[in-house]
Amino acid sequence: MSMKIQVKVNGVNYTNEVEPRLLLVHYLRDVLRLTGTHIGCDTSSCGACTIHVNEKATKSCTMLAVQADGCEITTIEGLANNEELHPLQESFRECHGLQCGFCTPGMIMVSAELLKENSNPSEEDIRRALEGNICRCTGYHNIVRSVRYAAEKKVQAEKIKTEEAVV
Amino acid sequence: MSTHEFIGKSVKRVEDKRFITGYGNYVDDIVLPRQTYASFVRSPYGHAKILSVDTSAAKAMPGVVAIYTGAHVENVNGVPCGWQVNFKNGNHMKEPKHPLLVEDRAKHVGDPVAVVIAESSAQAFDAAQAVVVEYEELPAVVDAAKAMTEGAPQVHESAPNNICYDWTLGNPIEEVDSALAASVHVTTLEFVNQRLIPNAIEPRAYNASYDYHNDKYTLYTSTQNPHVIRLLMCAFVLGLPEHKVRVIGPDVGGGFGSKIFHYTEEALLTWATRQIKRPVKWTSTRSESFLLDAHGRDHITKADMGFDANGKITALRVKTLANMGAYLSTFAPCVPSYLHGTLLQGLYTTPKINIDLTAVFTNTTPVDAYRGAGRPEATYLLERLIDLGAHEMNMDPAELRFKNFIPPFDGVNQPGYQTQVALQYDSGNYEGVLKKGLEMLGYEDFRKAQKEAANNGKLLGVGFSTYIEACGIAPSAVVGALGARAALYEVGHVRVQPSGKISVYTGSHSHGQGHETTFAQVVADKLGIPMEDVEIIHGDSEAVAFGMGTYGSRSLAVGGSAIIKSIEKVIEKGKKIAAHKFEANLDDIEFSDGKFIVKGSPHSHHSATFSDIALRAYIPHHYPDGLEPGLDFSSFYDPVNFTYPFGCHIAVVEVDKETGAVKLNRFIAVDDVGNIINPMIVDGQIHGGVVQGIGQALFEGAEYDQNGQLTNGSYMDYCMPRADDVPMIETASQVTPCPHNPLGVKGAGEAGTIGSAPAVVNAVIDALWSGGHKVKDIRMPLTPERVWRAMQN
Repeated sequence: MSMKIQVKVNGVNYTNEVEPRLLLVHYLRDVLRLTGTHIGCDTSSCGACTIHVNEKATKSCTMLAVQADGCEITTIEGLANNEELHPLQESFRECHGLQCGFCTPGMIMVSAELLKENSNPSEEDIRRALEGNICRCTGYHNIVRSVRYAAEKKVQAEKIKTEEAVV
Repeated sequence: MSTHEFIGKSVKRVEDKRFITGYGNYVDDIVLPRQTYASFVRSPYGHAKILSVDTSAAKAMPGVVAIYTGAHVENVNGVPCGWQVNFKNGNHMKEPKHPLLVEDRAKHVGDPVAVVIAESSAQAFDAAQAVVVEYEELPAVVDAAKAMTEGAPQVHESAPNNICYDWTLGNPIEEVDSALAASVHVTTLEFVNQRLIPNAIEPRAYNASYDYHNDKYTLYTSTQNPHVIRLLMCAFVLGLPEHKVRVIGPDVGGGFGSKIFHYTEEALLTWATRQIKRPVKWTSTRSESFLLDAHGRDHITKADMGFDANGKITALRVKTLANMGAYLSTFAPCVPSYLHGTLLQGLYTTPKINIDLTAVFTNTTPVDAYRGAGRPEATYLLERLIDLGAHEMNMDPAELRFKNFIPPFDGVNQPGYQTQVALQYDSGNYEGVLKKGLEMLGYEDFRKAQKEAANNGKLLGVGFSTYIEACGIAPSAVVGALGARAALYEVGHVRVQPSGKISVYTGSHSHGQGHETTFAQVVADKLGIPMEDVEIIHGDSEAVAFGMGTYGSRSLAVGGSAIIKSIEKVIEKGKKIAAHKFEANLDDIEFSDGKFIVKGSPHSHHSATFSDIALRAYIPHHYPDGLEPGLDFSSFYDPVNFTYPFGCHIAVVEVDKETGAVKLNRFIAVDDVGNIINPMIVDGQIHGGVVQGIGQALFEGAEYDQNGQLTNGSYMDYCMPRADDVPMIETASQVTPCPHNPLGVKGAGEAGTIGSAPAVVNAVIDALWSGGHKVKDIRMPLTPERVWRAMQN
């Protein structure tokens, strides 16, 4: 038995027949071949598969593909605006927030949601937001710095914008 | 040769772009035409006789392509062990077969009984559930001490009392015994260095294919050393001609040792693809990773450290039991012996040292090198003993270390330091790192704050760990004499393209360490060209002539040195071409800042850029007689000694009196890894390593029940350090160059893990002593319950 789903992923509409038991992460990786979303565990504990479903950071191993029917999805491949990197993609590179790169897409996706909700998070806010994602390489130090860096840049950019508006 | 534009700078990583945009290329991302998928049937028992395997129902399941059981690979060799350690009496260690699929007896949970290959991974998984295996469960043994007792279950018939080997190193035991007997104080500690599970976040994955028409195999594997895998698999397991087998380690999501080893699945998939003539892929689930990726540590140790009246260490006696698990993993035997016993000098002048080691089989996952490999165990032992000794003798733990440090030596003007346990340290300034650490900590102020806290009923503690490690693994002749069945040089191939752009092929492998950046920094500086003109290629046995891979913090010290050798050859040949062009004597040609010039000549026609000379090498119209065209050199570099990074780690903790919970307030790491090419990357290695060590101290530990079941084999149960568990890591560097390799580098990959765990445990013990709890040891991980119980006694 298969079921028909329609999803919009990174701005592109897809219609596919899928097995009802297919996990959303497998749909993205195996059906759409968007392999930037990774699988690091089988208990929804590591966060490597984090994507945005209707703008909400979601572990894509906790959802069935059929549950995503009608949803709008953003994966790591869809985060940059063409060749212009997302500020978090920039900041992870700037602050050495990644080593092997395997947890990185999940880390960036969950951080993107944090910065949307809290434009100026403290170290503690960041650590709490990241506690559902495991990194074995960085000791989290430079990931925390990366998120702070992106936040500071955003705050700065907004300040400049406001100043310009006032002028 | 040139000014340093890149070396020593925190150049941003060139490899990052593909990872931050989702375009990394890991093994599980690769799908080949006509791809099939494997799923394994694995023993649910720690120890069981296999009575029958019925695959008939599974074979009828949709999409099934093939099913293989132990009987099919009965005549195929098992995976080999790469290091031979002999018994004290000279007998060869016990080395039972580690089969690709077990036929008669399963020896640990997860031992593979059958493999199902199907059109999709879901179909393979479904059909694997339909394979019916009849088992007779047998008594299991999981504890190394119990395994040696009379009547314990036998893991292998060929290894009586489950003993794999026994071994000793150092001064004669009688001398150590009498030095201890003559000591004013002896600190004794019995402790467990618990079993850890590496947990690289990318699970192991393999994709094997066979090209029938060209009789060629390709294996994509999540490995730290593709050439080693090819060598072991071809020569020892499958008997395949190496030149017909291509092994590719593409992007690999962390290793930490666990992806060094040649695993049964790699060989089995390569064998199976030949049978079905289609590509076959297997990606480990995390549950399988917990059960199958070689574990680390698992030592039971009793150690005695003697002191004289002035606090000078007089002797060290160590007795260790090392759990090998059910089979010998690739480098398992050398970890508790040559990577542990040889480090027991530490940073101290201890005149008498002896270690007595027994390695034992149990019904558990095989144990092998895990970040640090033997050296964290040695450091834990030494640093716990000296700290406890200080408490027992009512001395300051920092002061006691200063009394015992080997004095500074640079290895050039002063000779290397000959230890009592075989190694000769290259260069060191051990007091320097502790001094710097104490400054960063504000030691005196901390002790005042600690007293004040104790008066207010609060428990603050500081723990030190001053460590040394042996890296840059390793001189081939030395390791050969110690039982290694492989050499440990590295290969560096520099191909100058006609335009002067550089392709560098290295046998090292990067799985997070940033080789594509660091190595390019070195090459660009040495040739005086932009970094964009250099591409670092690794991980493909068909691109890179040969290589030994990445482990033991060896990549830059050994792999980087091999590249330097090739660069020197490029420059030497370039000078010949330049001399001909300038019609000058070869001796008058100089290469600097990317230009060949005639020494002292003011004329512009006596200067040629690197790319000019490269083009001449490939279009040799006006060229020295008898000189071959081309600018392309490969070198093997075999180090003359290990390198010896060292450092000082300091942890500051607060222990909750009511709950025993430990809060890590500060962590300071002062590391001396020799010269530094990219400080940002070195710091990153230290951060990650430190948190892995903190993980061992406070959170992690594999737990088996008596039947050989791993009872915490998932992220729901095995406690990994998470972002909100750890503080920012305060790092600093001291630089004592390595005197025996061209870059003066020592290696930074494992330092963090080696130094950190004892610092944290010492800090907790210090906090407890400050509150009057004279506790000698708490078993890692230091969970609130264990700390709380320790305070109640």
